[in-house]
Amino acid sequence: MDLLNNLALGFSTALTFQNLIYCFLGCLLGTLIGILPGLGPIATIAMLLPATYALPPIAALIMLAGIYYGAQYGGSTTAILLNIPGETSSVVTAIDGYQMARRGRAGVALFTAGMGSFFAGCVATFILAAFAAPLSQLAFKFGPAEYFSLMVLGLIGAVVLASGSLIKAIGMIILGLLMGLVGTDVNSGVSRYAFDVPELSDGIGFVSIAMGVFGFAEIMMNLEQKEKRESFLNKVTTLIPTWDDVKRMVPSILRGTTIGSVLGILPGGGAALAAFGAYSVEKKTSKHSAEFGQGAIEGVAGPESANNAAAQTSFIPLLTLGIPPNAVMALMVGAMTIHNIQPGPQVMTSNPALFWGLIASMWIGNLMLILLNLPLIGMWVQILKIPYRFLYPAILVFCCIGVYTVNNTVFDVYITATFGVIGYLFFKLGCEPAPLLLGFVLGPMMEENFRRALLLSRGDFSTFITRPLSLGLLVAAALMVVIVALPAIKKGREKVFVEEL
Amino acid sequence: MKIHNQQDFAAGFMYIVVGLFFASLATGYQMGTAAKMGPGYFPFCLGMLLALIGLVVLLSAVTKKAADVKLKKWDLKSVIWITGAVVLYGVLLSTMGFFVALLALVFVSASASHEFKWKGTVINALILLVFTYLAFVVGLKLQFPLWPFFLNN
Repeated sequence: MDLLNNLALGFSTALTFQNLIYCFLGCLLGTLIGILPGLGPIATIAMLLPATYALPPIAALIMLAGIYYGAQYGGSTTAILLNIPGETSSVVTAIDGYQMARRGRAGVALFTAGMGSFFAGCVATFILAAFAAPLSQLAFKFGPAEYFSLMVLGLIGAVVLASGSLIKAIGMIILGLLMGLVGTDVNSGVSRYAFDVPELSDGIGFVSIAMGVFGFAEIMMNLEQKEKRESFLNKVTTLIPTWDDVKRMVPSILRGTTIGSVLGILPGGGAALAAFGAYSVEKKTSKHSAEFGQGAIEGVAGPESANNAAAQTSFIPLLTLGIPPNAVMALMVGAMTIHNIQPGPQVMTSNPALFWGLIASMWIGNLMLILLNLPLIGMWVQILKIPYRFLYPAILVFCCIGVYTVNNTVFDVYITATFGVIGYLFFKLGCEPAPLLLGFVLGPMMEENFRRALLLSRGDFSTFITRPLSLGLLVAAALMVVIVALPAIKKGREKVFVEEL
Repeated sequence: MKIHNQQDFAAGFMYIVVGLFFASLATGYQMGTAAKMGPGYFPFCLGMLLALIGLVVLLSAVTKKAADVKLKKWDLKSVIWITGAVVLYGVLLSTMGFFVALLALVFVSASASHEFKWKGTVINALILLVFTYLAFVVGLKLQFPLWPFFLNN
């Protein structure tokens, strides 16, 4: 069967010594930044992107992917032990996980989170392998009008399913789109919004935006807060759950995996949304719903499985259609472009070793992660004891070095500093930065497809509605906006979404 | 007309200003027609759309139904210290080299913390210096100006 052949190719690629090392490195780094609050996968991938120039493309992608799904594992550790979510997706884990820790069950919570994540990661990777081919076939039917509408759906989905003000988030997307247009226009050769600054003629570097808004601004925000939290770092005893625990966590893990796999594929979906969704479902379906908020094991198992499943399946739209469903995947698009790989349906056929090798490496990565997280939990707990005042200068150092090495100009450092301030401004104005990054990456692509669609239709705007696939996508986008704007859903959204970092 | 939601009011205002800025500059580029789009077409549409959204957000902030949200307080100290540290790094990297720039970055940025201590910061700076040199310059073979300009011949 074709799938088996492809998987064989994938494993033979992924199991080379070099790729194994980079997979391990990615998982290690991912766990590390997942554990450290204030440093997320976006900033880290942005930081390491320049360093991957020297690597062969598949090693680079394996490592960067490892960082993303690895961070989902690590984030649960701080959430459970310190009530500080290391990642946005672990916010939900902190609710019941920390309570379990307070009742002396930190070890069991950590075990549950780990096993749930591992199971979900494996299943979701399998889904990725199985559905990749059929989806790519579908993608070949896409013309520029369909791609444009798909991107609109993707962007709308990204804000609709996130928390916060819908219309402000749409504004952020458009702002991102506009920033993406800075630089030389490919079609006409005209330099736009560059003000005769030579460094801007290729556009603003997305590494600069990502690091400035997600790295520097985050640090500035963290420095403002001065609270201390009760910690259970010294109280991790037994990891093994009781039989009763296992009976309760298994259905939650299965439910969480399903929810996460579905939500990861959706544009705008991703680990955080999946975790929140799974928590709501668990709370509604559990016989022990009164325990939620006090240390219900389902409240840890469900969300943790969901966030890992989503992290894996969010690669599907990227690898098959070339459309990033969330901000992290947007960075992966950047990574692929840097290595001269055009993301899209043709990646599977023109570069099968890369495609299947990446998928195989995700299985291997999940295995490495369960080994890293459970037995070595003591080591990670030690790292958490490093005070933030030493950590953030280190983060700044890595960011500055990384940004500089993109183009070897200090101008990029200044741009990043500017975006640090801009990012801080966004936080204060209640504007979410993630949609901006998504819009930024998609801006040039959207313009290109918009232009081509209208060229093909000779200026007829109705082409977006008369072509059935495109119409379907736009209708879906409109439906999403309508559904979310309904007051009932609005209230539900606000209840489920806790304040993000 | 009372501004209930200060946050949204400011955000809406920002969108209007930025949107109009992009749109007005876009008129300086060729617009072309829908069938044959010039470089100014897409940015102009987007800029106007952003300004429109800004107007909606702004108006929603002054309606009676708006939630009372005050602007969050700004902690200028962290912003200035961190941004200043990064800009300083940029300036020093090109003039005084990798090592000096890094030390400056660590010390200036660390001072922004209300828990700053000299000894810890010195150790942190030295560890970072050695680590980044080994990892980035030796390991990854990335190019940096290492020494101050007056030592380069």
